[in-house]
Amino acid sequence: MKILIVDDFSTMRRIIKNLLRELGFNNTIEADDGQTAMPKLRTGGVDFLITDWNMPGMSGIELLRTIRADANLKGLPVLMVTAEAKREQIVEAAQAGVNGYVIKPFTAATLEEKINKIFERLENA
Amino acid sequence: MVDFTPAKAAQLEQAKALVEAIQNGDDEQVNRLIQELGKVQESVLFQEICKLTRQLHDALTTFYLDERLARFTQNDIPNAKERLNYVITMTEQAANTTLNAVEYLLPVIQGMNNETTVLKEDWQRFRAREMSVDEFRELNQKIVQHFEDSGVRLQQIQERLTEVLMAQDFQDLTGQIIRRVITLVKDLETSMVDMIRLSNTPSQRHRDASVEHSSQGHGPAVPGLDTDTVSNQDDVDSLLSSLGF
Repeated sequence: MKILIVDDFSTMRRIIKNLLRELGFNNTIEADDGQTAMPKLRTGGVDFLITDWNMPGMSGIELLRTIRADANLKGLPVLMVTAEAKREQIVEAAQAGVNGYVIKPFTAATLEEKINKIFERLENA
Repeated sequence: MVDFTPAKAAQLEQAKALVEAIQNGDDEQVNRLIQELGKVQESVLFQEICKLTRQLHDALTTFYLDERLARFTQNDIPNAKERLNYVITMTEQAANTTLNAVEYLLPVIQGMNNETTVLKEDWQRFRAREMSVDEFRELNQKIVQHFEDSGVRLQQIQERLTEVLMAQDFQDLTGQIIRRVITLVKDLETSMVDMIRLSNTPSQRHRDASVEHSSQGHGPAVPGLDTDTVSNQDDVDSLLSSLGF
């Protein structure tokens, strides 16, 4: 299971990476915005994407839309982990096809719960 | 016949009375009337001085405001940007220090935990008399080694925890910087409001939140400041479940 973590703050990437390691996910790669994430996704092998919303360059929502419009990537599970808290934004992300939405600051338990939920749903689908 | 204003009519009456008084040789009356006529002149002059004073005051205030705004744009705002960048740097350093310590300590603790588990199993076997003498000698050495290692590791844990403790000092420092920037923003706001009032532009509040496209995001929600935001993960979950998630 290879997970791509996209966030413009390296500290947040580290926190997520360490939490994932505790959850047993040791294979993670990182990108600091949508633009740097896309080549890594197109290279292939990424099974799961965790992305922030507010980033310079390409934002998380734009990244999500780009992925859903890409024939090879449209099925990739995407978990949004962000401080963006407007109701209209959560609705927007849902409409764009996000698989989960975690609001910062978050706990390790919340992250684990949302990741598990996404996998459960994918297995049942 | 010219139409006189009431003030002019009163002046004319006083002038007539003055002529009459001079003709009658009433000196006292002459002096009184001359003074009264002069007073009118004085009060007009006084009003003019008032008007000029007001204009001067306004001009000086505007000049002062211009200076304040110039100071804001030339020094204070760039200064505030630097301060805020410094806040980012400090918080990043604190987070990295803490994360470094955690990343260092987790395997140390895991190692101690593994060793303890092994020793516990051996000790149970010894208590159940399932251990040969040679095995017991080995266990004895392992226990001695474990005590020695634990001492070193506990020392390491204590040192790293102190680092984590010390790294939290950023909160105090960044808090102070941010508070100063808030004061600057308030001062700037006051200046702008004064400026708008002086230039007599009707104050219009532009509520153009919708102009800012949500694609780039709004940043973290500040309680009491941002509206129509969710306040926690439960809100997010219930909103998403209402959308069929």
